[in-house]
Amino acid sequence: MKNLIFPGGYYIIALYPSILPFFIVTTSSSETLLRVSAIAFRRQGVTILDAVDLTLRHEEIITLIGPNGAGKSTLLKIALGLLTPDTGEVWRASGVRIGYVPQKLDINPALPLTVRRFITLSTAASTHEIENALTATGIPFLINASVHTLSGGEWQRVLLARALLCKPALLFLDEPAQGLDVSGQDAIYALIRRIRDTTGCGILLVSHDLHLVMASSNRVLCLNRHICCTGRPEEIRHDPAYLSLFGGANIQNLAVYQHRHDHEHPLCDHEHHHPPSRSQHE
Amino acid sequence: MSLIETLQTPFVWRALLGGLAIALVTGPLGVFIVWRRMAYFGDTLAHSGLLGVCLGFLLGLSPTTGVLIVCLTLAILLVILQARESLAADTLLGLLAHTALALGLVALTFLETLRFDLSTFLFGDLLAIDNLDLLWVWGGGGIALIVLMAIWKPLLAATVDEALARAEGVPTRRTQAIFTLLVALVIACAMKVVGVLLITALLIIPAATAQRLARSPEQMAVFAGILGIVALFGGMTASLTLDTPAAASVVACATLLFVLSRIIPARR
Repeated sequence: MKNLIFPGGYYIIALYPSILPFFIVTTSSSETLLRVSAIAFRRQGVTILDAVDLTLRHEEIITLIGPNGAGKSTLLKIALGLLTPDTGEVWRASGVRIGYVPQKLDINPALPLTVRRFITLSTAASTHEIENALTATGIPFLINASVHTLSGGEWQRVLLARALLCKPALLFLDEPAQGLDVSGQDAIYALIRRIRDTTGCGILLVSHDLHLVMASSNRVLCLNRHICCTGRPEEIRHDPAYLSLFGGANIQNLAVYQHRHDHEHPLCDHEHHHPPSRSQHE
Repeated sequence: MSLIETLQTPFVWRALLGGLAIALVTGPLGVFIVWRRMAYFGDTLAHSGLLGVCLGFLLGLSPTTGVLIVCLTLAILLVILQARESLAADTLLGLLAHTALALGLVALTFLETLRFDLSTFLFGDLLAIDNLDLLWVWGGGGIALIVLMAIWKPLLAATVDEALARAEGVPTRRTQAIFTLLVALVIACAMKVVGVLLITALLIIPAATAQRLARSPEQMAVFAGILGIVALFGGMTASLTLDTPAAASVVACATLLFVLSRIIPARR
């Protein structure tokens, strides 16, 4: 089979349908891949997570949303096995391969490393597989670039390519679209949906991009140290718990980014006095 | 006696052979020390050398055996403490380093019969290597190099990003523990030859020099080994012609190479 060779330029995941089946893993449908039950996690007397349950099935995208400090990344790391919860259980289907896109990496600049080397650090892959993975995330031309020269958006694509190379049945993504421009964000989420559709893997995702989350997820889990609400995106949009977390006024355009919970803003509790101004008319 | 004649004498040959083993293993091991920001770890183990010498004397073993026992114990202790304690790694290392040094000094006062040359202990004596020392550096160095090659791939993955590697199923904890023991092994075997104060230099300087020239991790390891050997020959030549301390001359030569590598324009 010929390699797919693209000329230069930035491919915003111009996906050829032939590329992704390459990453297909065999899992039977509606199989449970991950179950997290009654998780509690405390550090230095602070409860970070309490009574959290989560079940992720084959061909499902679950997105964790919630304010900063809600414990989203912590829950992801517990599900991955990188952190051990104080109470509760984590069960992963035996033998499933895991792909992970962490929130940030800190690679020592003294370590000379190309993209090609970086994405194959813990797997063995042929040149063809490597090219396919990089093409799928839109960066085939970065294969021999040094990882120390990558921009934030390029890093996200490289990390996703590395996760794809693991041929995962379970994919964990911690803010995969951070640092990407708007079209790049759309493209990443389109790719994530396509990965689910073609490989059938279960995806657990942390995200702040609510409008994209709503379009991509099968289920949304709204977290603020405990589970506030959970359900399908269209259901959760009207859930009171969701509305109180993500504010009332902004909810229509879904451009919510930052919000606080330590105080309330009742809608229109103040009266609008418009005293007649005489000065203007005099 | 001319330099050529000097080079033909057995003690010079032994020094070169011993130095060769040390350079060959400290290069590839050193690149990981640089990447993993473990420079102070080597110092910590070196600080425990005195305690090792005393222990060896007490147990009727050779000094190097005593040093090896103490270094390996300290390395294991460090792996356990790092997993458990919430203290920063450098604090933990400082704690262990100076405790080991203090205990060594205390132990020394009780061992009045121990003949001890502080200068050799601190700065090493490359030119006084005997056949047993050669056996130690080649044996220990050889084992360390073979094991390092065996764990190269998982160790590199864990060094680039531990969490990511662990999530992907790489046995990072075991690999990193083995690496820690390898460093302890090499430092213990080389300590008598190179000296407590200079052993870390041989781990750090050739690796730091190679960084500027290398384009892949493996290239950097090989270059570090080669640069170590060049420094060894340069330093030995200087030592024999100028009558300077051998190990110190080797380190000075390694630093000279480092400075040269920074003056040469970078390749990327």
